[in-house]
Amino acid sequence: MTEEPKDTCDVIGSQKTNPSQDKDLAPYIKIKVLFFARARDLTGSTEICLEMPDGSTARDCMSKLLIEFPNLQEIYNSMVLALNEEYAPESTILKDKDELAIIPPISGG
Amino acid sequence: MAEEETVEAEEKDLIEILEPSSGPIDLTRYVDYVRDPAAGAIATFEGTTRDTFEGKRVVELRYEAYVPMATRRLAAVCAEARAAWPVLRVAVAHRLGTVGVGEASVFVAASAVHRAEAMEACRYVIDEVKASVPIWKKEVYENGEVWKENREFLERREAAVGPAQERKKAACCCGSKVRVDEESTGGMI
Repeated sequence: MTEEPKDTCDVIGSQKTNPSQDKDLAPYIKIKVLFFARARDLTGSTEICLEMPDGSTARDCMSKLLIEFPNLQEIYNSMVLALNEEYAPESTILKDKDELAIIPPISGG
Repeated sequence: MAEEETVEAEEKDLIEILEPSSGPIDLTRYVDYVRDPAAGAIATFEGTTRDTFEGKRVVELRYEAYVPMATRRLAAVCAEARAAWPVLRVAVAHRLGTVGVGEASVFVAASAVHRAEAMEACRYVIDEVKASVPIWKKEVYENGEVWKENREFLERREAAVGPAQERKKAACCCGSKVRVDEESTGGMI
């Protein structure tokens, strides 16, 4: 599941403007997003990198993911988020290099 | 992720997420781990995989985990059990990969001076595994497959986030996650 080296995952979210230009204007943070189980099936990815404006929340990140992967809407009503391996509310403010995981309904046991 | 993720959180807890190559859970290993001269009781729970779900025959089950977080959660769960009951030792193991029908997918053992504490702690750990440890199970049937969803997780989520209806636009929560080859369902799903 984690064969890819950390800094080579696909970056999405910097298409709108020239990223280098953008970075001069406002600081950007890079977030690693992990998809498990049904979320991985829906997105076709195990992980991606997302560039977000500094000060973004997990909710902002989720909004961007729903645009990028509309299929995720299917589990949005039942999933939760984890930030750096701990459950986190959508209001949490993200930091550079944070790891955000989409946690579809778990089914261990 | 080639090797087993083993954590001895509080030196008296043994937590193992077992990689697919590990084979069946060695139950004795965990019982022996919690065995203690001061203990008057060892309570264990073995979760096994069923052969049918709503009349459909289950061929096999496949487990996956967010391993680092699952390990952390299990360590926290054992610490919570320790804080709530005077237990001596706790051990928990969960398999990943394909688990054959009838085999153990999860095992919990807890020792305490008296049986009530051992049983309560054991139950707490397995209940928390179902509610909060990021592990997923896919049931594979003869004509399809489905990611299972633990009721305990959904109930807790609803308590924390609010009813599902608050998040609009979502598709129906069932149906689309079930992938079944239409031509062979025979109306079972």
